[in-house]
Amino acid sequence: MQRPSDFEERRKHLAKLSDEELKERFWSLARDIVKPLYDLAYTHTSPSIERSVLLRMGFSSLDSQAIVSAAEKRKMLGKGAGHLVLKYAELKGTDYISAGKELAKGEGWDELKAAFGGESS
Amino acid sequence: MNPNEKMDIREILKDLEHYRPRRMGWTWRTKVPEQKIGPFTYKETSEPLKKSIPLPAAKYFGEIDPQPDCVITTEIASGRFEDDIRRMRMAAWHGADHMMVIRTTGQSHIDGLLEGTPEGVGGIPITRKQLRATRKALDLIEDEVGRPINFHSYVSGVAGPEIAVLFAEEGVNGAHQDPQYNILYRNVNMQRSFVDAAVAKKIMAYAGMLQIDGAHNANATAKEAWKVMPELLVQHAINCAFSEMVGMKKENMALSSVPPTAPPAPALSYDLPYAVCVRWLFSDYKIRAQQNTRYIESDTREATVTHVLNLLVSRLTSADVQSTITPDEGRNVPWHYNNIAAIETAKQALLGMDGLKEMVEFKKDGPLPRMVRELAERAVLFLEEIKEIGYFEAVARGFFVDSGFYPERNGDGIARDPQGGVAAGSIVERDKDYMAPVCHHFGYNNLPKGLEKPCDLIGGCTLCNRDKIVFIDELDPEDNVDKRLSRVEKDLAAGFIKPEVQWAMDGYITLTMFIPEPERVAEFAALEIARRLGLEEAEVIHKGIMHPAEGTLVEVKAKVPFAISRDSLKIPEKPEILSEEEIRKEIAAHPMKVVCGTVGEDEHSVGMREIIDIKHGGIEGFGIKAVYLGTSVPVEKMVDAAIEEDADAILISTIISHADIHRKNMERLARLCAEKGVRDRFILVGGGTQVTNELAVEAGLDAGFGRGTKGIHVASFLVKKRRELWAQGKGKKSRDD
Repeated sequence: MQRPSDFEERRKHLAKLSDEELKERFWSLARDIVKPLYDLAYTHTSPSIERSVLLRMGFSSLDSQAIVSAAEKRKMLGKGAGHLVLKYAELKGTDYISAGKELAKGEGWDELKAAFGGESS
Repeated sequence: MNPNEKMDIREILKDLEHYRPRRMGWTWRTKVPEQKIGPFTYKETSEPLKKSIPLPAAKYFGEIDPQPDCVITTEIASGRFEDDIRRMRMAAWHGADHMMVIRTTGQSHIDGLLEGTPEGVGGIPITRKQLRATRKALDLIEDEVGRPINFHSYVSGVAGPEIAVLFAEEGVNGAHQDPQYNILYRNVNMQRSFVDAAVAKKIMAYAGMLQIDGAHNANATAKEAWKVMPELLVQHAINCAFSEMVGMKKENMALSSVPPTAPPAPALSYDLPYAVCVRWLFSDYKIRAQQNTRYIESDTREATVTHVLNLLVSRLTSADVQSTITPDEGRNVPWHYNNIAAIETAKQALLGMDGLKEMVEFKKDGPLPRMVRELAERAVLFLEEIKEIGYFEAVARGFFVDSGFYPERNGDGIARDPQGGVAAGSIVERDKDYMAPVCHHFGYNNLPKGLEKPCDLIGGCTLCNRDKIVFIDELDPEDNVDKRLSRVEKDLAAGFIKPEVQWAMDGYITLTMFIPEPERVAEFAALEIARRLGLEEAEVIHKGIMHPAEGTLVEVKAKVPFAISRDSLKIPEKPEILSEEEIRKEIAAHPMKVVCGTVGEDEHSVGMREIIDIKHGGIEGFGIKAVYLGTSVPVEKMVDAAIEEDADAILISTIISHADIHRKNMERLARLCAEKGVRDRFILVGGGTQVTNELAVEAGLDAGFGRGTKGIHVASFLVKKRRELWAQGKGKKSRDD
């Protein structure tokens, strides 16, 4: 977009604001702009986010990578990778680290998918 | 650590699997108002260091080394962390307490974590092992200098959340995090950037890391950098507002604020109103005073002057973290000594301006407040326009990094496709039963009711129980620190020495030369000179035109193709200096007289006066009687006067020396004394900027003194030499006896 400066025209509604009012407007606009971004983040996840969950659960970066890639491929990331691991551990009646390592090897996904009743969003 | 021993990198690499960082989060310096150091009272300094290297001029001020009040950053990234660690130690001794580690090229596009210790390009691959080794080394370094050191890198790119977890686990104290940086400069998909950023920021908030934003990149990228001032305010605001909403405390957010322009622009008339405006609008946040990099090219002097002007802006306004950019940033990946140069520039300028604000204040009317208001209004108008269409659409339409002074638009901004970019389409909506059984996780999380904390479900997460962290040592059997160290260790252990700018034994040196030819000819002449000197991989790193026809300054970097054996060096023993008291006592018991002067056709008297005069700490101060014959004294006259005065010694000085005159004068003095049969009677001393002891002794004198000589050095020598002569039955006294 090209536009010559129309600052004098554009600023007319700001001219009457005190400095403090201007500063308040600056921040209220910034908050308004980021609110939809916050909402998007609140309701969504990503491969990196899910790997960060698995890391926090005590998986290596390599296992986290493998589990999340497999979940992504099967469109199951919306459940949460940690959730998938816990669910599989429950299904297998094993500890969650062993369960995760199996999933990392590509095992058990069909079973897991069935347990969740198919694809997530 | 012993200050006289190098760091043991192998020792640092040992047992990393069990290393635990000693703390999390950021540490500020402890400010000491009205601090008395030496003869001065400082207004803006912090607690002193236990060990440090003061500014060069400190020798005139009792070696004081006051530490400014703000944290001082140095950016270190050579591609090999094992060499960076040594540089960090040097930097800490000069006053840096914020080690910012740049990542290797391309890491921001790697969807996942790297492991091991591969070599990087333009930075290091950030991995758990590299972080752990560096943090462990910094523990040793901070104990050595006596001040906590903040370790810092980047939580950006497509693996932000994982990197944030890694940093929290490994005790990294600060990080860059700004989704706008990903979008605009790394072309990472915009939805992914914000979704990831929220999770990353929440973890950083938990760990108490200092967040630094990325707004300064707009300045470094835009065609007419100073015109992006309204946008810089907007970018800061977007990241701050988003971070705060996610749960980060304002005091843990630092704005990377850069003075937008540089000379030949009238820089302060832009930079100062901008700096005042930023600090007013963002009064609750910290300021990381970044230095201007937009206009840095190969001239390190020019870069340094720009940075000093930036430091003036910091002192006139405020800086919580003072960034330093190495003056060679425009030429190459920073070199060891340029990190130190930048740190010293900051320390020197900040100390020099200590207390400035108590003496000056900003005008309440005129251009400064007018421009502050105008910038704020322009930023508000910018925000209004973004709000109308939404942030993503604004990026798509190229709102950012446009070179027009908003609301003017030149249509040259960076436009990104909301559906495009790296990792496009990779975000997924969280299902109703989405669940993450870990702590400090941002966003919707359908955890079972009644948990005290989310990780109770798994018996603790790594943030609550570090023992759960999985440490991977190496993945690549060739590209790792062990292999790199093995390649240089043998030579180092055998006592081989090579110059170095960034990596052990890299062999680089620089040559500075003036070539009386036009630029192009000078450049190739300089390369030919390097070639004939036997240097390898010569490259011109700077050219400065002194005159289109008269000549060019050329700086060349090149590799030395050999190593020096430490054992083969003939290093003369450093002469021991007698104490002032001992010298005075001896002179009182046995008076001494010396004849001195500047010989030849030399009208300079400064050096000799410094050595003689009592007020400069000269030999007169020890009771030695000096007969000063003045400047341009013929050597014959010196000898005749010494005989007539019955002196103990003859001191000659040659300050400005052309065509080896200093050597010829010294030889002439020795020869004349021998011819007159008085060589054994007098102690003969030569001095001057180009004189060394070895040169003087070779010319037949008893000693030579060069740059940096003080009266006590000469007095001490004279006393010791006279004792020696007397013991041999020589010298003046023996004749008198």
